[in-house]
Amino acid sequence: MSAAAATFTPGFVAPAVSREATGHGDAGPAPKRVVAGFGFWIFLLSDIVMFSAFFASYAVLAGAVAGGPSAAALSDPNVVALETACLLLSSFCCGMASLAVEARKQALTQLALLATGLLGFAFLLLELREFAGLVAQGAGPSRSASLSSFFALVGCHGAHVTVGLLWIGTMMAQFYAKGFRADILRRYLCFSLFWHALDIVWVAIFSLVYLMGAHV
Amino acid sequence: MLGKLAWDAIPWEQPLPLLSAAFVGLIIAGVIVWVVLAGRLPYVWREWITSVDHKRIGVMYILLALVMLLRGFSDALMMRTQQALAFNAPGFLPPEHYNQIFSAHGTIMIFFVAMPFVVGLMNYVVPLQLGVRDVAFPTLNSVGFWLTASGALLVNVSLVVGEFARTGWLAFPPLSELKYSPGVGVDYYLWSLQISGIGTLIGGVNLVTTILKTRAPGMRYTRMPIFCWTALASNLLIVASFPILTATLAMLLLDRYLDFHFFTNELGGNPMMFMNLIWLWGHPEVYILVLPAFGVYSEVVPTFSGKALFGYRSMVIATMAICVLSFTVWLHHFFTMGAGGDVNGVFGVASMLIAIPTGVKVFNWLFTMYRGRVRFSTSMHWAIGFMVTFVIGGMTGVLQAVPTADFLVHNSLFLVAHFHNVIIGSVLFGAFAGYTFWFPKAFGFSLDERLGKAAFWCWLLGFYFAFMPLYAVGLEGMTRRLQHYDQPQWHPWLLVALGGALLIFCGIILQITQLVVSIRSRESRRDLTGDVWDARSLEWATASPPPLFNFAVVPNVKTDEPYWGTKQKARELLRLEPEPEYEPIEVPRNSPTGFITAFFAVLVGFALIWHIWWLAGVGLVGAYATFVAFAWRDKVESVISAEEVARIDRPNRAARSLALEELAA
Repeated sequence: MSAAAATFTPGFVAPAVSREATGHGDAGPAPKRVVAGFGFWIFLLSDIVMFSAFFASYAVLAGAVAGGPSAAALSDPNVVALETACLLLSSFCCGMASLAVEARKQALTQLALLATGLLGFAFLLLELREFAGLVAQGAGPSRSASLSSFFALVGCHGAHVTVGLLWIGTMMAQFYAKGFRADILRRYLCFSLFWHALDIVWVAIFSLVYLMGAHV
Repeated sequence: MLGKLAWDAIPWEQPLPLLSAAFVGLIIAGVIVWVVLAGRLPYVWREWITSVDHKRIGVMYILLALVMLLRGFSDALMMRTQQALAFNAPGFLPPEHYNQIFSAHGTIMIFFVAMPFVVGLMNYVVPLQLGVRDVAFPTLNSVGFWLTASGALLVNVSLVVGEFARTGWLAFPPLSELKYSPGVGVDYYLWSLQISGIGTLIGGVNLVTTILKTRAPGMRYTRMPIFCWTALASNLLIVASFPILTATLAMLLLDRYLDFHFFTNELGGNPMMFMNLIWLWGHPEVYILVLPAFGVYSEVVPTFSGKALFGYRSMVIATMAICVLSFTVWLHHFFTMGAGGDVNGVFGVASMLIAIPTGVKVFNWLFTMYRGRVRFSTSMHWAIGFMVTFVIGGMTGVLQAVPTADFLVHNSLFLVAHFHNVIIGSVLFGAFAGYTFWFPKAFGFSLDERLGKAAFWCWLLGFYFAFMPLYAVGLEGMTRRLQHYDQPQWHPWLLVALGGALLIFCGIILQITQLVVSIRSRESRRDLTGDVWDARSLEWATASPPPLFNFAVVPNVKTDEPYWGTKQKARELLRLEPEPEYEPIEVPRNSPTGFITAFFAVLVGFALIWHIWWLAGVGLVGAYATFVAFAWRDKVESVISAEEVARIDRPNRAARSLALEELAA
């Protein structure tokens, strides 16, 4: 059985699972790859609900500057643009990695994942630099509710990127040690979904916090 | 080195919590010693702690709920005693202790009794009803359970090391901010809930995926038992609302630990934003708890009425309508915020709207009983007790959905009476109905009916005596959480309420007795066929207790109520379907991942509460290492051979054949 077919190995839940089973109606339980991807989508939706709570709190508190500065006014649009470029390119590399995985090319996979991770790391460094700059200007999260909500929202995204970096490292090690095994492929599917979702969240942050905030 | 932790963290001057904790600690130590001495440790480790079987995990959830129910109830008993004594007197609980008790009572009852109870029932029953062998993610399921247990453990640790929150069960700021609650109580509260919240979310993702993606062949949406529908709605709500709780509590944590200003009084903080966010989780949470209970009644009532459920489709629509509407009513928890007449009006109407699908359900259960052959078993007692009690509680709820009326009773004991009326009357009664109903499925013998009914009557009457007086004193202006008072007209009501609580205590004693008596006489109360109640859905098509793989052959669903149809056919022909071709079955292997992750989670939680930063780091690294170790394993499944499957399945077939022969004779 080839590795590609192994992806569709029937789940433990039922002996006779057809390739077409979607979990709906007559065909019985969906194959593991579908189940894993679907479950991870559900998790991602819940994660986006969490972000929405931070977005909502930012929307409520953005104006509560308590006589101090707002983060968007202090931030350098060029640096934010660079951050955005890093993250979007990182997502592009992640897509390349997916193609390499599909082609079962170990070296290319590793290379693309390394690029994904390095770009993500660069994003994180730029973000931390921005945070440190704000704190140095006396515009840390303790200054006002507005800055609190800014740091929490952007920081929550940053924390996700950090977790993603850990995940990339683990993923690379797993591909290296275990090869393109069905369970590793499922895990990679989840990782790529996670990484792209972080992009979507960042686009929202970029638009709502930095672009709109700059004109407030 | 140890952060804020020092010897004086242990409340030596308060004998009550120390003694009770010592007592419970002795019991736990006794159980552990017994397990080790009896040589049962390998069994407990292999079959329970590391088990990824949804049935074992479900049982452990319910066990956790029952143990925590004792803790939460002793808090309740102390509060009722305090209020009975504290008329123009200090009572026996000093204010700072009393405040911890009502906070712990609410937190424990919602997060560590009601939640694990319904999650446990769903975990146990849903895969069986769907006709599948396990949940979508068995190991994650175990992680979810153990994280919930970690949260419960931290709450209990606060009894002995440090203190618990004095802020009420939702820890409203600014009171819960560092400035007004400088101790570790609120931190215990926050970290316990963050850890168990992750566990709940994992469980929710797992069950949503299970229900939407891994049903038996032919199990279409419109053939799923209502309990599965309510489980779907409940878990969708978990997935959509628990992240809001996580975010909200994270904001409060940032305020407390890193001097943020989300909810503080100064520098632009907005405490009312906390109310909005927390109730945006909190109201759906009500339905997370109650929908599975509705599901239980929808299984119990048809079974003991000998009829299919009346209005299946309207039940499905009502369930999903409640699921959606539950997100549109959060503001009714604080009409007094001052959002204005228009906003209050919208939320008031939305709150009343929910009563419509709920009413549909009540009528469906009543019509199911109508002209049925009703068997008044213990489960059915709980179901009927629920219908009466819940309708009363629902009506006082609709009353409070009118903002102008709500202004008068806001934060009074009237409100307390209302939510106990609905939570005890529907969630807890439903949990007990489900516990009695599925106990023989889980353990292969049924619970004593006589003691069960006696317990039910104590609970029912106890409930009315304990909470109807609270409606009265609430209308007389008594606010909630009073440590003492000087109004003579309240005093007699509160004495009656204490009597009610004692009656409930009798009910609990009877339930414990019922369990002990039933276990001791289990040989005479065996359920050999696996269908002890003459029930209708697929969980009764397999043995009691079901084998590890649930079904020897995955059922192929061709009709509504597939098991009932098969059973009727067998009764007609007086024989079972021919023995199936047994095939080898893959089952997921056990994993200690959940237990070890939970160990590190407790470490991290405890370290963060006491500001022991290095230990928190150790815990996080440990948790990550555990996940990597889990991800690294090569063999994730083991195979049960066809012969073994046949050997396990045949006795059950034989018992069912015998039952048919008896029927023929």
